[in-house]
Amino acid sequence: MNWASWSDFFAMGGYATYVWGSYAVTFGLLCLEIVQLRQRSRKARDKIVAHLKLKASLSQ
Amino acid sequence: MTSTSKPHEKPSNQAAASAIPPGTRWFKYASPQTFYGPAGKLAPWFAVLSALLCVAGLYVGLFLAPTDAQQGDSYRIIFIHVPAAWMSMFIYLVMAAWAAVGLVLNTRLSSMMASALAPTGAMFTFIALWTGALWGKPTWGTWWVWDARLTSELILLFLYFGFMALQAAIDDPRRADRAGAILALVGVINVPIIYYSVKWWNTLHQGASVSLKSAPTMAMIMFVGMMLVALSFWMYTIAVTLLRVRCLILERERNTDWAAQWVPGARGVQT
Repeated sequence: MNWASWSDFFAMGGYATYVWGSYAVTFGLLCLEIVQLRQRSRKARDKIVAHLKLKASLSQ
Repeated sequence: MTSTSKPHEKPSNQAAASAIPPGTRWFKYASPQTFYGPAGKLAPWFAVLSALLCVAGLYVGLFLAPTDAQQGDSYRIIFIHVPAAWMSMFIYLVMAAWAAVGLVLNTRLSSMMASALAPTGAMFTFIALWTGALWGKPTWGTWWVWDARLTSELILLFLYFGFMALQAAIDDPRRADRAGAILALVGVINVPIIYYSVKWWNTLHQGASVSLKSAPTMAMIMFVGMMLVALSFWMYTIAVTLLRVRCLILERERNTDWAAQWVPGARGVQT
């Protein structure tokens, strides 16, 4: 273990802005991509269901 | 494989499989409707693997690895900067390869794979540039310089954007696939330029710390942390690409009968 305490860890030897700025943006973007994909998938499914419902209602 | 690419003309799975010579049977996964299911089953495994590798890599990189004698703790950006930069180039090569296969063999799924990789590749390119800027400020004294490594990496970002914009601008998906493939293939020339830029030109950016030919010029524990995160990003890319290609398949094939089978809420309304 490299650190004496948690505050030591968060301070990153004075480079907190640079290190945490890098990590926050990286993992923020990864999470954002996953959220965006879930929305895209739901939208595609909804479109298919809507299309089929329309087809079903027209054939009745 | 082109003969089975039209779902409504396909007689049945058994009949189609028996007509294919053994050893080429896996080619059936070159068609979107057969790939859709397995892709959905595989994605969560890659996601879990990615999460585990990421936790391990960050533990090694942020907790176990010692402070660098020259750069202090600012060097810890390396654990995401280098893996992201590797992925940005690697994804581009894989994307161009899929695009080329789609162009030559006219397989729809190959082109969809190329399209599915582009946003993730662009994201890793941006991460490489962003973390590079945040690392450059404390170590070089500047966020950005127009040197060969940084400029060619920025061009890579624009190539990804260009690929996506070009495909988005063309309504016919097959024409968009072909146009995108040409752009992706022309852009491949940029990848070796990025990789060798630190050798070919005098640059502020340091040379490679890790190469296939020699032992890494960095402490073992730092190397291990970096490789774990690199593997994590790799697995992440596979998971996300599989999920995105599923979206692409649903979007493009939404008028086919088989597409409706895969959507849970749609089975009840089938006539």
